[in-house]
Amino acid sequence: MEITTGWYLVLGAMLFVIGGTGLLIRRNPLVMLMCVELMLNGVNLSFVAMAQQLDDIGGQTVVFFVLVVAAAEVVVGLGLVVAILRRQPGATADDLSALKG
Amino acid sequence: MGSLQLVGFVGPSVNWWALLPQIILLGAALAVLLVSALAPQRASTVFTTVTTLCAALTSFVVALGLWSDVKADGPSSSIASAFGVDGFSIFFTVLILIGLATTALLSHGYLDREEMDPPEFHALLLCSAAGAIVMASANDLIVMFLGLEALSIGIYVMIAMHHRRSEARESAIKYFVLGAFSSAFLLYGIALTYGATGSTNLVHIRSYLDAVVFQDQHLLMAAMALLLVGLSFKVAAAPFHFWAPDVYQGAPSPVTGWMASIAKAAGFAALLRIFFAAFASHDVDWAPIVGALAVITLVIGSVMAILQTDIKRMLAFSSVSHAGYVLVAVHSASATGTSAALFYLFTYTLMVLGSFAIVGAMGPDDEHPLSRYTGLGRSRPVIAIGFTVLLLAQAGIPTTSGFIAKFQVIAAAVESESYFIAGVSMVTAVIGAFMYLRIVMAMYVVDEGEEGPRPIWHWTTSVVVLAAVGFTIIVGLVPQFLIEFARDAVPVLVRG
Amino acid sequence: MSELLRSYLTVGIFGVAAIAMAGAMLTIARILRPSRPTRQKLIAYESGVDPVGGDWAQSQIRYYVFAVLFVLFDVEAVFIFPWATRLEVYGVFGLVEMAIFIFILLLGLFYAWRKGVLRWV
Repeated sequence: MEITTGWYLVLGAMLFVIGGTGLLIRRNPLVMLMCVELMLNGVNLSFVAMAQQLDDIGGQTVVFFVLVVAAAEVVVGLGLVVAILRRQPGATADDLSALKG
Repeated sequence: MGSLQLVGFVGPSVNWWALLPQIILLGAALAVLLVSALAPQRASTVFTTVTTLCAALTSFVVALGLWSDVKADGPSSSIASAFGVDGFSIFFTVLILIGLATTALLSHGYLDREEMDPPEFHALLLCSAAGAIVMASANDLIVMFLGLEALSIGIYVMIAMHHRRSEARESAIKYFVLGAFSSAFLLYGIALTYGATGSTNLVHIRSYLDAVVFQDQHLLMAAMALLLVGLSFKVAAAPFHFWAPDVYQGAPSPVTGWMASIAKAAGFAALLRIFFAAFASHDVDWAPIVGALAVITLVIGSVMAILQTDIKRMLAFSSVSHAGYVLVAVHSASATGTSAALFYLFTYTLMVLGSFAIVGAMGPDDEHPLSRYTGLGRSRPVIAIGFTVLLLAQAGIPTTSGFIAKFQVIAAAVESESYFIAGVSMVTAVIGAFMYLRIVMAMYVVDEGEEGPRPIWHWTTSVVVLAAVGFTIIVGLVPQFLIEFARDAVPVLVRG
Repeated sequence: MSELLRSYLTVGIFGVAAIAMAGAMLTIARILRPSRPTRQKLIAYESGVDPVGGDWAQSQIRYYVFAVLFVLFDVEAVFIFPWATRLEVYGVFGLVEMAIFIFILLLGLFYAWRKGVLRWV
């Protein structure tokens, strides 16, 4: 069986959807951060696969930028999570309901 | 992969002059951080505010210089067509710099009162402003994404900077999770656009879409849908608005003003540049979706606003409904519609910054019940009149800028023969006006002998409110200059 | 079978062989060796200090700050590698660009240092 670009795109889409679903249903802030990473990596995989298909280096350079942005974002997110856990140990997303909504 | 050869590498030509506005802002951010690291006692609130204001002013002068260049030589682009210099980018640069100066002034009294670190706050604000400018000027989807992230990451931290309030942290993590979620959507949209058109550069995308007729449009449609979802989160358009009330309520008031005005304006800048400029040839595909979003946003924004009892939540839903009006203008997919959207964003930014200036001065951020404003008309008549003008302008009462803005939006909708959407915007304008009138009534209708509130007032807040009210009334009476500015600012994509 | 899968097949065979080899060795050792467990022999450090307390301890918050700083600078290095592999192609232009980039990173490190984040107590 030939592994074509389409398979990589499907895998990327699956990672994206798993990450998105996880973000919506998991209540642990750390797991939510992991889900964000999963979504972004799904996108990265799509970028690389398409770059391969189009024979264009641009899509692969994009991944560098996305990686760095994702790292910066997650570091900020971890900072927020730690700041919250320091006040309320063991907090989940459901405990964050001082603001109704 | 193509083989790279060891011949002289020619970097992309960089027009440093065009990049100067955001380089100044970033330089100021680094300088503020450096001073706070080297000599913490020197990095006072006054020093940081003055630095930010000077940076904004210098940047502003450079932007005006660029504007005269664009007028003389026409639009251009730089860094391998990744960064556009046209009326559109300069319009938003000017708007963002005004927002930056205003937020810096508002934070001046606020940071001292709430004991927050001024250098870090201002450094983040400057970075976030530079990100917003990059986002509005980017001619490449990836550059746009980087600008968006610089804008958002700055805001995440600014919201959470309030040490003592757990609401601020909660609001920050909510905004963070949804912001990251929507960035991922946007990025997936960019990936699919790249797959469908072979480039992330808007100039290439435009020429590719003009030249090629797709047999199978699914990839492109999915790309447009994902981009639209990602940006709708950022501009708080329904049904992706649900974070807005919580986050606006929990965030420190100056940051709320910044989010409601500049983050939204930059989001719309990206939306207009991508859809109106790059996907112009496919407007039959995206315009109906934008129209549907606009209708939902208008209805939800105005109806939900009435049900709120907290001023910040009311203003949050009112900002949702304002996003609806701008979407109506985007929906018409015409130059008239785009300049109506630009005009709306400009006037709206000033109104919302002025409103949050007053809200921020009205006392601690925990809750802003409507009752706190009872009798303001008696205890502080001048403030009450200023707030009334800003609220009536948001409602769209004639002789204010809000009326001209709403009028232009509805005119653009009528011009593109979307009578239903024009009708919905008029009806929701009336519903929305009820909410603004409720606040005004609370300020003036009061029992005999009841003492009104006496907010702590910093002189910088007065400057901001005065400027916002003055601008709102002046544009309401003589709107021509701003209309012309917005007309010249329709985005164009030029190969650089 | 495609060329791609065939090359993975080699990896697979290697993996199976490695697991089988290690498994066989451990099994043979288990059969051959005498087994007389006592309590002393079963604790984690047979000839060291007896372990005290549970295995779930809170780690200090400052370790987390180090980790975060490490992640940030580590990831930024991703931009330096492509430049370094083709140093001579980019010439002075690349050198200046990278100098600006590293300068800004160093400013960040300097800021962290002055704020006392790097002190290991």
